[in-house]
Amino acid sequence: MARYTPPEQSKAGQVFDIAVVVVAIFVALWLPLKLGLAGAAKSIDPLDAKTWDALGQNATMASIWEKLGYTPETAHDIIQNRFHYVIDWPTLIIMAIVLIAYFVFLFRASDKEYREVINEKFDDK
Amino acid sequence: MTAAVETAQTTTIDGDRVSLLRVLGPAHVWALGVGIVLVGEFTGWNFSADKGGALAALIVCWIVGLLYTSVAMIDSEVTSTVAAAGGQYAQAKHIVGPLMAFNVALFLVFAYTMLEVSDAILLGDTIVAKAGVEGLTHNSFIAATIVVLAWLNYRGVLMTLNVNFVITAIAYVSIVILFFSVSPWTQGAVLKLNELVTPGNALPYGWIGVIAAFQFGIWYYLGIEGTTQAAEEVRSPARSLPYGTMAGMITLLIAAAMTWYVCASLMPWEYLGITYYPLWDAGKLTGSPLLENLLFIATLLAALASANGCINDAARAWFSLGRDRYLPSWFSAVHPKYRTPYRSILFLLPIALAFAFIADLNQAITFSILSGVLQYTFMSINIMMFRKKWPLGTIRRGYTHPFHPLPAIVLFCLCMVTFFAIFLGFGSQLIAMTVFYFLISLWFHFYRYKFVRRGDQFSMPWPKPQGY
Repeated sequence: MARYTPPEQSKAGQVFDIAVVVVAIFVALWLPLKLGLAGAAKSIDPLDAKTWDALGQNATMASIWEKLGYTPETAHDIIQNRFHYVIDWPTLIIMAIVLIAYFVFLFRASDKEYREVINEKFDDK
Repeated sequence: MTAAVETAQTTTIDGDRVSLLRVLGPAHVWALGVGIVLVGEFTGWNFSADKGGALAALIVCWIVGLLYTSVAMIDSEVTSTVAAAGGQYAQAKHIVGPLMAFNVALFLVFAYTMLEVSDAILLGDTIVAKAGVEGLTHNSFIAATIVVLAWLNYRGVLMTLNVNFVITAIAYVSIVILFFSVSPWTQGAVLKLNELVTPGNALPYGWIGVIAAFQFGIWYYLGIEGTTQAAEEVRSPARSLPYGTMAGMITLLIAAAMTWYVCASLMPWEYLGITYYPLWDAGKLTGSPLLENLLFIATLLAALASANGCINDAARAWFSLGRDRYLPSWFSAVHPKYRTPYRSILFLLPIALAFAFIADLNQAITFSILSGVLQYTFMSINIMMFRKKWPLGTIRRGYTHPFHPLPAIVLFCLCMVTFFAIFLGFGSQLIAMTVFYFLISLWFHFYRYKFVRRGDQFSMPWPKPQGY
């Protein structure tokens, strides 16, 4: 097999590629933050009676909250801020498809590249 | 155990060929792994209590410990055989192929850079909380942490990891001191586990909460696999890497168990699940100013050690991408005097700074966990391919892990559970990150790969893999 000689990349090309990677990193990490897609999906279940008892805290728990500087009013939004685990099947299916498609592409394309590497490496000998 | 194959790849600087220095021993490997991870005991693991309750945090502590024991076993075998900078990246390059290697390097860079960001935010927030001065923000502390540690990494790996060894040891000892100071063998005096974790609140979301808690359970140990990044800089990879990594895992399992027991016995799960400083809070709640101050200092030291190790690892993964021309080769420069991948260190510095200012703590942690779990999924498949392409006896292995393929299967199954856990509460973030990796993979495969020298990607003196 003929040895593959890659093209030399110009300095401008290198700078452009670095820019592409930097932009991609920022889009991947910053965009979910900007669009509000990042962070926990929690919401507060409000209670009318804001007492330690109503908040489900026994005497030991209440004393610790107070030691930490909280009252039933200030602790309410912490204690009642809960996850609501409802499985959203369309989103779960989309997530599974995206993950599977990604890994399938990754292994198939990698294998194609790997065969070129192995052929060139071992045909030299 | 046979001698590992050691590669000493070089980079040409001004006509001179220079390589990374082989100066590290098992203690440095331990310091790198535990140093990165130990901060997880000081913050992050406790968010698993938020997702599933206090008992769920304990259950995932042990189950995720099993996941990481599998990671450490698999990693020790592959890396003690493929001893090159970049760790899992070098493994992927030799076993799966260039595109996988490119992705694995990005997983590493993202996992470690976002972990570094989390560390810097924790350090800044801890100082601000301690100071209690109105109007004081964490920004200057975050910037100082990231810049000073980048400078330390720029100056040399030996000094970097010597510093890590000392501060990691101090932070670890502080957990042990806290544990024995609260009379762990008696309940009621200081610790009140029975009154705080009751049958009514142990699993507030039921078993789905336990599964959801896997996401932040990862944080107990995330980064232990970073020991492999030092493969090209340890004096004896065959001895140092398995020994340092497994010793690190044992250390962390003990620390995680002690941390859960003390924290769950001192604060209600609702508070434990949202605090940024569970161990420092535990120190406060003992009523001892000495313990409070010790845990405050230990929180800072753990964050520093972790950020320090993360800069080290992320820069080496980025450096490896440049050296193989997966990214512009400009990144592959080794400092002629300090022998460090200085351009990679400097390039990642502003990225870490930028995200430290725009992300909050649990978002940065989630970014890091996502990249980590993608990487562990790769590792479970990678070891199966490694054993298939080079069965035992066909090449010299530095270490051979027992019970194959059980650790790989366990790791893969636990990764699937963790993906589902991330979906429960952070699903959109997972999809966004995976789409990014998909798109950047297309860019690499159809464009960037043309700059890569094919045969040069395989640098190990091994026979042709079976099946090719």
